[in-house]
Amino acid sequence: MKHTRVSFATVVVLAMGAGLAQAAQTDITLGMQLEPPHLDPTSAAAGAIDQVLYANIFEGLTRFASDGAIIAGLAQSWYISDDGLTYTFNLHSGVKFHDGTTMDSRDVKFSLDRARAEDSANAQKALYAGITSVDALDPETVRITLAEPNGALLFNLAWGDAVIVAPESIENIKTNPVGTGPFTFSNWVQGDKIEITKNPDYWGTPAKLDKATFKFISDPTAAFAAVMAEDVDAFPGFPAPENLPQFDADPRFTVMIGSTEGETILSTNNKMPPFDNVKVRKALAHAIDRQSIIDGAMFGYGTPIGTHFAPHNPAYLDMTGNSNYDPDLARSLLAEAGFADGFSTTLKLPPPSYARRGGEIIAAQLAEVGITAEISNLEWAQWLEQVFRGKDYGLTIVSHTEPMDIGIYARPDYYFQYESAAFQGLMVDLNAATDPAKRTEIMQAAQTMISEEYVNGYLFQLAATGVANAKIVGLWANAPTQATDLTAVYWND
Amino acid sequence: MADQVGVTKKPGGWLRTSLGSRNLMLGLILTMVFVAGALVSFVWTPFDVTKMDIAHKLATPNTTNWFGTDHFGRDIFSMIMVGARTSIAVALVAVSIGMFIGVPLGLAAAARSGGWGDEIIMRGNDLVFAFPALLIAIMITAVFGPSATNAIIAIGIFNIPVFARLTRGAALTLWTRDYVLSARVSGKGAVRISAEHILPNITNLLIVQGTIQFSLGILAEAGLSYVGLGAQPPIPSWGRMLADSQTMISFAPHMALFPGFAILLTVLGLNLMGDGLRDLFDPRIRRGRG
Repeated sequence: MKHTRVSFATVVVLAMGAGLAQAAQTDITLGMQLEPPHLDPTSAAAGAIDQVLYANIFEGLTRFASDGAIIAGLAQSWYISDDGLTYTFNLHSGVKFHDGTTMDSRDVKFSLDRARAEDSANAQKALYAGITSVDALDPETVRITLAEPNGALLFNLAWGDAVIVAPESIENIKTNPVGTGPFTFSNWVQGDKIEITKNPDYWGTPAKLDKATFKFISDPTAAFAAVMAEDVDAFPGFPAPENLPQFDADPRFTVMIGSTEGETILSTNNKMPPFDNVKVRKALAHAIDRQSIIDGAMFGYGTPIGTHFAPHNPAYLDMTGNSNYDPDLARSLLAEAGFADGFSTTLKLPPPSYARRGGEIIAAQLAEVGITAEISNLEWAQWLEQVFRGKDYGLTIVSHTEPMDIGIYARPDYYFQYESAAFQGLMVDLNAATDPAKRTEIMQAAQTMISEEYVNGYLFQLAATGVANAKIVGLWANAPTQATDLTAVYWND
Repeated sequence: MADQVGVTKKPGGWLRTSLGSRNLMLGLILTMVFVAGALVSFVWTPFDVTKMDIAHKLATPNTTNWFGTDHFGRDIFSMIMVGARTSIAVALVAVSIGMFIGVPLGLAAAARSGGWGDEIIMRGNDLVFAFPALLIAIMITAVFGPSATNAIIAIGIFNIPVFARLTRGAALTLWTRDYVLSARVSGKGAVRISAEHILPNITNLLIVQGTIQFSLGILAEAGLSYVGLGAQPPIPSWGRMLADSQTMISFAPHMALFPGFAILLTVLGLNLMGDGLRDLFDPRIRRGRG
């Protein structure tokens, strides 16, 4: 009798389970490590803002695809004049902001004029400085005029810093972002989560999910526990690479390994003696064993690089041979430079594990050739203050995650203080070139120059390490820009 | 009961008491093991603690690496030995700071009991006492940057009021004793009385408290290193070893177990020793308990 009852209960439970399984889940909870300081991608450098808003809430004229290609966004087509000085964009018709107002050429003019204005707070202001005017020809046509030809304009317009915002909603954008994307902002519980919901009136292909929640989990151990307990459905940019094999072995999860734009480098203060001597910088480069840093700090995830360029870019040159691991050569170079007995310097490390662990390994490797690198671990605020703005450091480790950012070497006031007229000339040429072959040639010359001058220690390209529920389809494996594009994400049951 | 009373009756029986006290013996042995490990590490460790061997990372305990290796392939046994040195050095110096500043302050407060000097010292103490050690450490680190020295200063500062209060309390009762009165009548000043009559009579108390504070100092050092405010890499520290092991605990539990046990056993040993010493020095407490 009892037996019958039990099996009846089992049948009911199974039936309920089957019922649940048939209706595919339409909400998703994502984990992310850092909380955005506010929600305006056009006035801050914080990657966490784009991680929530890019392609979900806000869209630009052009945009990044998951493989890093530049594709059409709000502009459905464009025409470039023969002299490369004017770009005419045709906008999609019927695009509305989430507050119901129409998105037209005046909004584009407002957004780009705001980004390049004198008092603009845009983090990438320099990218739009070459624009001389933005003209609204008619509601669906915009013309951008440049002072000089700029081959990277379409790329620059795809950045989260150039998304289209509306003058009607700009005042409260930091707490209530109003864009044109497939999701609308609904709620931000500070210190906990941001919620976005499906935009039913989206102009393009509507999102498949109804709701998405971004939860902020900064501690790697807590992130591991949250994924294991299925409190979060996906964690793009999972902070502890050592835990990925465990997720990989668990059938509930898929591990996504992709490429990022993050060149992880041993930044060297080029104006601080003895690093102003190229022989010392060359000695540093040969004292470092990249593979053991990748294995020890990243548990094997990462691609060795020999210059400041992403390996998945077609213009990439493998220059790791310039700085192969050779401690004997490093010692003799130091002796030539007059540091036969080595020297002492500081190694200031920001919080991410690539920096903290990589720093310990590098300090041990430098000790082998007689260089004492005194480690001090800093929080991000201190690091920005002392290293990035104050330039008070000898060495530091950081990942440069902006796409195509070799141009930073043309800025002598940038924190590693590399000053080379020849390199600055190359960047001027690059900006002027629109022919792809010519651009590739210049980019390769630039890669070669910084590699052979050993400006920084080039370590590895950061891997995009994400983990997600095995039933989720459509998340980006690569990270061509900092974004969690949910447009095409759905649950597969 | 009868046994204990018998022992206290016999003068010079302290050696047997201490040998007979299981707590004290166990505490002494545990403490000696770690002190010995720390001392030996000055001249010998099985492996160089800064030597990394990424190819042999996360090895489980074996005959070569007795406690296994960490995520950089360093030998955990060697790191525990040198880590003991870090912990003991930080705690010892910090407790000494607390004692050398706190005890004179307490003696002075007791000598001027009820006066404005007493008030200033003791309210200042309350002020320091109100701040948790971690907060002081974060303040110091924010200004001077994290290092073992700053950890010592932070733990030392938080030890001062402990010793000052203890000393003042004990000294106050001694000031009413007849031999102190006669010393005052014979014309001795407050400083001489404190040094010649008060201090020698509270030494036992200070040793016991010192032992307890020492164990708290080791815990505090581990705590500060755990949050990254203590000794900086590559100097091994138990607290940082624990922090490093955190994300690897599910597949390399040995990385967490050994530093965890090192902290546990050292603190346990010192506490047992402190308890045992108190029983030894103050038979009244023991009898009261018995």
